[in-house]
Amino acid sequence: MNGFVSRGFRRHRQTPEDLAERLPPGQYYEPGFPVLTAGPTPKVATEEWSFRIDGMVGKEREWTWGEFGALPFEEVPCDIHCVTKWSKLGTSFRGVSVDVLLEDAEPLEAYAMAFSYGGYTTNHAIEDLTDGKAWVVIEHEGEPLPREHGGPARLLVPHLYFWKSAKWVAGLRVMDHDEPGFWEMNGYHNHGDPWKEQRYWTD
Amino acid sequence: MPAQMSPVEQRAPGRWQLGTVTSIKEETPRVKSFRFELPMWMPHLPGQHYDVRLTAPDGYHAERSYSIASSPLDRGEIELTIDRLEDGEVSPYFHDVVVEGDEVELRGPFTSYFVWRGERPVLLVGGGSGVVPLMAILRHRRRTMPELPMRLVYSVRNADDVIYKDELGDDAVLTFTREAPEGWSGHTGRINGELLEQADLDSGSAFVCGSNGFVETASSLLLDAGFPAERIRTERFGPTG
Repeated sequence: MNGFVSRGFRRHRQTPEDLAERLPPGQYYEPGFPVLTAGPTPKVATEEWSFRIDGMVGKEREWTWGEFGALPFEEVPCDIHCVTKWSKLGTSFRGVSVDVLLEDAEPLEAYAMAFSYGGYTTNHAIEDLTDGKAWVVIEHEGEPLPREHGGPARLLVPHLYFWKSAKWVAGLRVMDHDEPGFWEMNGYHNHGDPWKEQRYWTD
Repeated sequence: MPAQMSPVEQRAPGRWQLGTVTSIKEETPRVKSFRFELPMWMPHLPGQHYDVRLTAPDGYHAERSYSIASSPLDRGEIELTIDRLEDGEVSPYFHDVVVEGDEVELRGPFTSYFVWRGERPVLLVGGGSGVVPLMAILRHRRRTMPELPMRLVYSVRNADDVIYKDELGDDAVLTFTREAPEGWSGHTGRINGELLEQADLDSGSAFVCGSNGFVETASSLLLDAGFPAERIRTERFGPTG
């Protein structure tokens, strides 16, 4: 609606000045860390947890919690943007780069489906998961990742809306074609770039 | 764009349109329902939401999502029920500024997971303003399939918090968590297993909506009772000020 102004509306929420340019269009600054999940919160014990890479790969890989802990970890300072409009700026996670995980598995195709305990899925192009753009994280701001935020481990793909960062992640399935995951089938955009405001199918 | 589109999404414009406020109802001291007439109205599925966008004279935008409270049988219009969050900027605008006849930018209806498609029996569990999308489901069922088994369990703090109080009939069970009205002989206290025993473990579906804490409690009770996780749909209200 070009030129439309909401009668009597003024800005009330203030974003700290140094952070304002990190807020994508239509998002607002949220100092907390809200929880949004489509079903009950899965309970996954670290003894039962594993992370696997399968599908169209040179070599299937699977790490138990103990094996995963021996991989090279890095701190990931980042901003996260939820499609429900809040953004959390200047937060941090700790985890293993998906580059490290994919290295030995040798993906043969260009797409991957992230799958989770509890049945959640979300689709990615491999290029959105590589070159330092995605991690499997087990800590948030120095603490073990809480269960409600996806603990023991979640995918972290901070350059896309946060539903792409699958909670309770169990693995990646490499595929030769793109296929919508859970929210992508239920109305959210297939790619989800917050800077292009790709919220819904028609965006 | 995914290949599999449900019919509702195929028809949905997803474009911003200017809705006109046709009526405002004060539900509680902090909750109001707004009815909008929409030029590009599309039938929604009960449980879906619209996005609202406010624009200030300097071009500043604020966007929020609100659940639809009305049945899709209300052709050409939708009702959004908005809880006033003190430190927000969109909900106080609706409460303090918007009057009948005002125009508001809206787009929708969106997402097709927390929606009712006629399955039965259904248990609806709402906490506070989490009752809004559940009311869309309940209203639609009353008008289309009143015989279909559906029960709303609705948790509120006190009498001042009851949204849609004139519409809570035999198919709704209230519980007051802080203070029950004088002479109240029904349920009090937080939601518990007894309240959820209406759930049909064999074939039922459950829709749970409210704050994260409420949804965790209610869905855990359902899981403990043996209700399968895949038949529990939840919607957690984040901050939507």
